Amino acid sequence: MTNDKAAYLKSVALKVREHIIGLSVGGGCFIGASLSCVELMVYLYAEFLNIDKGDLSNPERDYLFLSKGHDVPALYGTLVETGFMPVEKLANHLRSNDSVYWHPNTNIPGVEFHSGSLGHLPSVASGVAYDCKIRNQKNRVVVITGDGELNEGSVWEALLVANAYQLNNLTLIVDRNQFQANIRTEDLIPLEPLADKFKAFGCRVTRIDGHDFVSIEKALSSIPDTNDKVNVIIADTIRGKGLPSIEARADRWFCAFTSDEAGQLSNELHTNKKTAVLESETLIVR
Amino acid sequence: MNYEALLIQTALADERIIVMTAENRALVKNIPAALGNRFIDTGITEQTMIGMAAGLALRGRIPIVHALAPFLTMRAFEFIRTDVGIANLPVKLSGYIPGFLSDGNGPTHQAIEDIALMRGIPNMEVFAPADEDDLVKMLPAIWGSNAPAYVRVNHKAGTFIHAAFEPGKAEVIATGSDITLLVYGFLFDNALHAKEILEQQGLSVGLINMRTLKPADEQAIIQSALNSRLLISIEDHLNSGGLYTIIAETLLRNRLSAHVFPLAIHERWFKPALLAEVLEFEGFTPEKIAEKILNEFQQPKKYSNA
Repeated sequence: MTNDKAAYLKSVALKVREHIIGLSVGGGCFIGASLSCVELMVYLYAEFLNIDKGDLSNPERDYLFLSKGHDVPALYGTLVETGFMPVEKLANHLRSNDSVYWHPNTNIPGVEFHSGSLGHLPSVASGVAYDCKIRNQKNRVVVITGDGELNEGSVWEALLVANAYQLNNLTLIVDRNQFQANIRTEDLIPLEPLADKFKAFGCRVTRIDGHDFVSIEKALSSIPDTNDKVNVIIADTIRGKGLPSIEARADRWFCAFTSDEAGQLSNELHTNKKTAVLESETLIVR
Repeated sequence: MNYEALLIQTALADERIIVMTAENRALVKNIPAALGNRFIDTGITEQTMIGMAAGLALRGRIPIVHALAPFLTMRAFEFIRTDVGIANLPVKLSGYIPGFLSDGNGPTHQAIEDIALMRGIPNMEVFAPADEDDLVKMLPAIWGSNAPAYVRVNHKAGTFIHAAFEPGKAEVIATGSDITLLVYGFLFDNALHAKEILEQQGLSVGLINMRTLKPADEQAIIQSALNSRLLISIEDHLNSGGLYTIIAETLLRNRLSAHVFPLAIHERWFKPALLAEVLEFEGFTPEKIAEKILNEFQQPKKYSNA
């Protein structure tokens, strides 16, 4: 990756994080899980996915399915910064005059399928991947799941079936941010050794730093055309990445901040120093 | 023509159709050879089958999916509701051995709440053919529409030759001024024979094969309420959420009141046994249906003209 490209992608990621902070004001959002997958989302839309903004229903397009739907602020921010969505739409967050709410839905141009209920899109994406395959089309189908989402048996069920049908055009990216809601995954339902689990299910597995664009590019560009396995990329990430006050904290899951707090967080984003004083309560259940 | 022959014929004529099963091949034994990669067996994975069906439908396909009715409608319920219902995709659900047809399997295999569950999903249409003849007359319209649909499959041969199918319209076999029997699915044949027994007692008896439970034929229900003194709903389903409920909702919505006597399963699962014994034990043979209706109808003064 050239330095120019890396710098450009970093600048896009910074803007996406600004949007996420903005969406945490008012009704709030799942800020931590959104911040952890920013680099993944930015790389996919800016560099990897072959999607023509002017022809969103082109049957030869690549597909992105956001299975961990509660990180949709990262998607909204990325869609804005890559030109899929007008920035004005973000002002409609949680308003009844639009469909910019806490989970993805197809009223947002560019969103392929709704999510929110965890463990659904690995199977939906498998259906799409199967159809692309039997039509001999080269579309790539990518699913982003959470790590807590891997508790759902339907994820593993879909992998069994997808591997049975050798859906090598399907790639599952796990946003491995170590948390599910307000608990560390390893303290509740331990997932490690996670790569071994996916391998045992027949997948081709790579594990990368999910905040490093070079690693993301390498992982995605090295997916072979000729293998017969579902590709899994375990992306190690930090929940709340970019905002030292909320990074890797179990209590910063769903957050609704004041404008003043958002300003302080924005300052953290640019200085990378833990300076914000956050008094807004964190909601334990949403 | 049977279910599978019709399915092969329809799928060969329409590239959009993909036939799927969650390792229940009773209805689709010859499909793999006929359709090649347009047949997908996902193994014992009702949820994944439905999720994949939604994905295939996103690509312009019309998946016709097969599983035992209880596992299809209950194990995969949230996938049907969330992936098929919310997206309003043309996924066609074929539920095998619903209701009493699970005979000796026991309560795990009894789909007696499937109508209630499926009609509770916005956009979902619900159909229950009376027998194989009815089934093959109904399926072309069901598979040809763009709506998600649940079919309570009954492919048993019947004795009755049914009329052509019109979606949303019941098949009115006969009208009667005393009693009208409203029935769907497998119990149609027994209702038909119960009607004959009741007529031998000098009663004027109507019979309606509902065929479509959602959207139900409201006019057929209203007309029978206006024309008969007593309506009987007959179903191998819990008496909550099925035809009895549909009749009640229809009457309420149209500000009508009528006597309605339900023959259904109440607040329990039915006795598992060979089908003939189930019908005997649960009181759904033609003779027992007629007997229960006569007992009700002959209650002093309840249904008299006076």
